Amino acid sequence: MWEKAFLDELAREQSEWEGQLDSKRVEEGERTGERKLRTDTGFEVKRVYSPLDLASAGYDFSRDTGWPGEYPFVRGIEPQMYRDEPWLMMQYSGFASASETNKRFKYMLSQGATSYSIALDLPTHKALDSDDPLAEGEVGKTGVPIDSLSTLEEIFDGIPLDAVKMFTFVNMSGGPIFLSMFLALAEKRGVDPADFVLFITNESLIDMATRGTQFTSPAGHFRLSADVVEYCARNHPNFSPLQISGYHPREAGCNAVQELAFPLSVSITYIEEMMRRGLSIDDFAGSFHWFLSASMDLFEEVAKFRAFRKVWASITRDRFGAQNPKSMHADIMIYSGGSHLTREQPQINIARTAIQALAGALGGIQYMNLSSYDEAFQTPTEESATIAVRIQQILANETGITKTVDPLGGSYYVETLTRQIEDGVREYLEKIEKMGGAVKAIESGFFQAEIAERAYEYNREIESGARTKVGVNAFRNDEPVKVTPLRADPDAEQTTIDAVRKLRDERDSRATERALSALEETLRNEGENCVPAVKAAVMAYATVGEIGMVIRKVYGDYSEEAIRFGV
Amino acid sequence: MSRVCRVLVAKCGLDGHDRGAKLVARVLAEAGVEVIYTGKFLTVDQVVETALQEDVDGIGLSLLSGSHMTLVPRVLERLTARDAASIPVFVGGTIMPDDEKALLELGVDRVFPSGSSLSEITSYVSELGKAA
Repeated sequence: MWEKAFLDELAREQSEWEGQLDSKRVEEGERTGERKLRTDTGFEVKRVYSPLDLASAGYDFSRDTGWPGEYPFVRGIEPQMYRDEPWLMMQYSGFASASETNKRFKYMLSQGATSYSIALDLPTHKALDSDDPLAEGEVGKTGVPIDSLSTLEEIFDGIPLDAVKMFTFVNMSGGPIFLSMFLALAEKRGVDPADFVLFITNESLIDMATRGTQFTSPAGHFRLSADVVEYCARNHPNFSPLQISGYHPREAGCNAVQELAFPLSVSITYIEEMMRRGLSIDDFAGSFHWFLSASMDLFEEVAKFRAFRKVWASITRDRFGAQNPKSMHADIMIYSGGSHLTREQPQINIARTAIQALAGALGGIQYMNLSSYDEAFQTPTEESATIAVRIQQILANETGITKTVDPLGGSYYVETLTRQIEDGVREYLEKIEKMGGAVKAIESGFFQAEIAERAYEYNREIESGARTKVGVNAFRNDEPVKVTPLRADPDAEQTTIDAVRKLRDERDSRATERALSALEETLRNEGENCVPAVKAAVMAYATVGEIGMVIRKVYGDYSEEAIRFGV
Repeated sequence: MSRVCRVLVAKCGLDGHDRGAKLVARVLAEAGVEVIYTGKFLTVDQVVETALQEDVDGIGLSLLSGSHMTLVPRVLERLTARDAASIPVFVGGTIMPDDEKALLELGVDRVFPSGSSLSEITSYVSELGKAA
């Protein structure tokens, strides 16, 4: 790309320039510790980057940067990117009860949100009804409790299914249940599912290794997830039935390379399964989405998103023969990394979140959710959730960064980092392949061990001061923290419990029983897609817990073994 | 007579986020504490019965789901019912300052909200063994 004579001259100039540096000052300045001269993931950061760095990496503009909307999509999946319109601005919410969620949804719409993410409570994630003994104290805490179709009806009361561009339904382990609820709701309202967009996370493998909402065996969860992917590929191509997460591994402690490699290896498992079921890559890969973190090392994050697009494009096209460009597009949704926010001096988290958002925007992502500043304390208040949306609006409207595509493309530093991350990810993917793929890697505990190791290193760096954390190990302010507590309705849990009990009394329980029996039979048949049977149960107002019970009956319960250290 | 301190580190309730609990278990073990790390999804009864079976000097609970004000008091009640109220309980997680105060008043020995220093936790736990 550059002529040898030019590079030789540059090398000479750089050498001369470095020779003039005050070596004593440099030594003192850099004596802050090796760790501080590395990116978050650990790549060495040089004093300055130049064409020499790109040349030595064999950089080629067309192959490594290229043009937006063209393979391998490093600069962006679309030619116009944010010049047409910014990324979709989202806010994850839902809590206490269906009626509270309905109110919050309407409020967010009035504040300009163009999409809605629905957060669930833990009993719902674990396929337990709100009146299950294990649900006590947990109902409505991390999100909305959904016990049956009637709860979803209440959440959407007065809200058309096409009120926003899309809904994101964040549930990893109970895919068929919640897909069915949306289809059932649409059917009851006479709405064609082709007229609204549903994103359902539905990915249980990464979840098992990191977030932990599993309620049955890995084989059971994989079947549930794969059935949803297949069903949507064949019937609802406008839905996104799989959001594969690098966010949860990253938040659990892994680095940026692992954040990309883990979900990519999982995606290969799903691709192979769908192909085994008779679909071709272009039938489904375009509907996959990715859920990644936006972390604090600004330039590494930007490079990370760019590298990710390149690797995914090459997997779909070169490994699996995709021909439709949509299959090659890495559609990325980000959530700001909550683990980087602090309990100390919580208002400064607003600055951190803005930087994470900037990383995502400069990285060309498609959807953005940001944490609220009180993340370390509670689920967000209206005030803090609104600030999070405003950050996005400021970024999109006041900074000018949306006017050109991939503004950091061509930066010697960012292009070098992009390549380093790409190489790291490919190497890691090969390692996982050699182990037998993602499922084996998770069953053997490899993902979990890698993540825990990195989490441990990170913590040691903070405790030793090798890594600075403002407000925690530097610039402390030991005043007591003032955070406006979220006023949750203390009766919400009981109201929800009463509602599910009333539902069981009032529905035609014999019809429900019949549907649940039919579901059990379907689940025992590996070759049959379980979504229709789950939908029939949902339409008969079977509860989430009742459906969960049938699944556990067929695939078993989930439990963990104790580990003894030093005993 | 003092012996090596032994503690239970557990997550009770439905929360699956175990980065903190795993870290605490590991760092304590490195400091010479015997740790039984039971992982996720334990019920209140399972926590107490395991603690008694293992004859622990302390019980560490990690909760990040907001259910601590229901589950922790239950653990304390159950310990009392089993004549084991003298086993100190220490709690970590996403806990509001008001709840921290309330938990201490209910009988929790120490609260370590998210971001607490692991060296502080280690010093605290190491002392538990000495009281035995």
